[in-house]
Amino acid sequence: MQEQILFAGFGGQGVMFVGQLLAYAAMDANYEVTWIPSYGPEMRGGTAHCTVVMSDKPIGSPIVSYPGIAVAFNNPSFEKYEPIVATNGLLVYNSSLIDQKPQRTDIQMLAVPATDIADELGNLRLTNIVMLGALLAARPLLTLDQLRHALEGHIPSHRRNLLDLNLQALERGAALVLHTPQM
Amino acid sequence: MAKEMLKGNVAIAEAAVRAGLQAYFGYPITPQTELLEHLSKRMVELGRVFLQAESEVAAINMVYGAACTGVRVMTSSSSPGISLMQEGLSYIAGSDIPTVLIDVMRGGPGLGNILPSQGDYFQVTRSAGHGDYHPIVLAPASVQEAIDFTVLAFDLAEYYRHIVIVAADGQIGQMMEPAELPEMRPVNEKRPEWALTGAIDRDPNIITSIYLEGHEMEAYNLKVQAKLKEVKKSEARWVEHWTEDMDLLVVGYGTAGRIAYSAVEEARERGMKVGLLRPQTLWPFPEKRLSELTDEIEAVLVVEMNAGQMLEDVRLAVSGQIPVGFYGRMGGVVPMPDEILDAIDTHYKRLAIRLRDKERV
Repeated sequence: MQEQILFAGFGGQGVMFVGQLLAYAAMDANYEVTWIPSYGPEMRGGTAHCTVVMSDKPIGSPIVSYPGIAVAFNNPSFEKYEPIVATNGLLVYNSSLIDQKPQRTDIQMLAVPATDIADELGNLRLTNIVMLGALLAARPLLTLDQLRHALEGHIPSHRRNLLDLNLQALERGAALVLHTPQM
Repeated sequence: MAKEMLKGNVAIAEAAVRAGLQAYFGYPITPQTELLEHLSKRMVELGRVFLQAESEVAAINMVYGAACTGVRVMTSSSSPGISLMQEGLSYIAGSDIPTVLIDVMRGGPGLGNILPSQGDYFQVTRSAGHGDYHPIVLAPASVQEAIDFTVLAFDLAEYYRHIVIVAADGQIGQMMEPAELPEMRPVNEKRPEWALTGAIDRDPNIITSIYLEGHEMEAYNLKVQAKLKEVKKSEARWVEHWTEDMDLLVVGYGTAGRIAYSAVEEARERGMKVGLLRPQTLWPFPEKRLSELTDEIEAVLVVEMNAGQMLEDVRLAVSGQIPVGFYGRMGGVVPMPDEILDAIDTHYKRLAIRLRDKERV
């Protein structure tokens, strides 16, 4: 098994952290894993992305041309990454902010109103965790329990008070997929 | 120690601390700034020296001075900063003192950009400054190797009284991977005999790189060459994958070698007889091993993130016996596994045609 997951969005949407969180959980579950950020001359308000590769074998390249899974948080990311998802892959997109219609018919599309759900939970910064919950429900790379442990283990100490809220966000994202009939 | 998720730059910095680094002098530059940032906190916590110099030129000369006192000392930078350090490096090499330098290479020439590159191969392996010498150059392909080679660099530097460069690239510096840090080693309180420590109750030591008489300078050079001969004999390191029963050998180091691993793995799955040689030392280059392998294969494909620099060392080792192909990307562009696979496929097909023609004759 080898899976490549690309997370992309505006700076500040928690794209880097959510990739790291997945990487921590993958490491704790004894997978080989790499996390690599885009670190070019990024513009404020522009897009940032990171790629996570998890595998049960040693990982050669930490970057790929055609990721199996892309998670798009905003319109520019959707435009940029919809075309490069591998055939039969998955595109999870934040339908609260992305108003475009998907073009591809050879990949699975998963619309998640993540920013709206985060808003309901009372903190827009939970958008990334809602997206991750939905992703893991659609593709069981790791269990929600494994993610819970990673969150508990790696949330910065000054953010510990937000742990419960993060766990709720993870479950809300997952519930959305599990309780919605998929096409 | 358990594995932790570590960023390459931070891992190198922490590995240096645990290897007993006593003094660090440097100047920030992307993509290695996290290294400096980590040390600025850790060295101060431990009561060791951390100094942000006013430039790379100042930093390397501070390193020179500190190294003369026999303490474990290091600096780090990225390509343009390494260019600025050339004069200081040559003085250090000409004084036979141990120094560790980390180069997290980025796209160039010129100010270039901050993206991963291997454009410094010539700069670090050929001399790193004027005069006849080669630094020892280690090229990590993972965060774990970045840690291991940083520790090794200090040991080799001290053993040979020589410059050891860890030549990583922006990708190794920026990526996170699970890796294991070594135990904290005690700082070595005992200074070597040659060190400048104040000459109380002993004759003064002199450390210099000035030999005004030609024959004296030549005698010194002969000593350096004898040392390098020993390094060449003992310190070449490399990793091989699928090198039994192969027709085509791919050679790549660092990030390019790691990405080539993915491509070669896929080529094997498609039935191509391809292997991978990944040099871990760029100087000394594993020329003896490559030369042995040359007898068993039909062609070589070199993969680098530059216009073909290690390519020259590969050609020297292969000595024109078989064709040597090249695939490279420049300016901070990292080759993708499928690009390298295409290059393997092309060279493999050419090889098949040539082998068929040979049979006909």
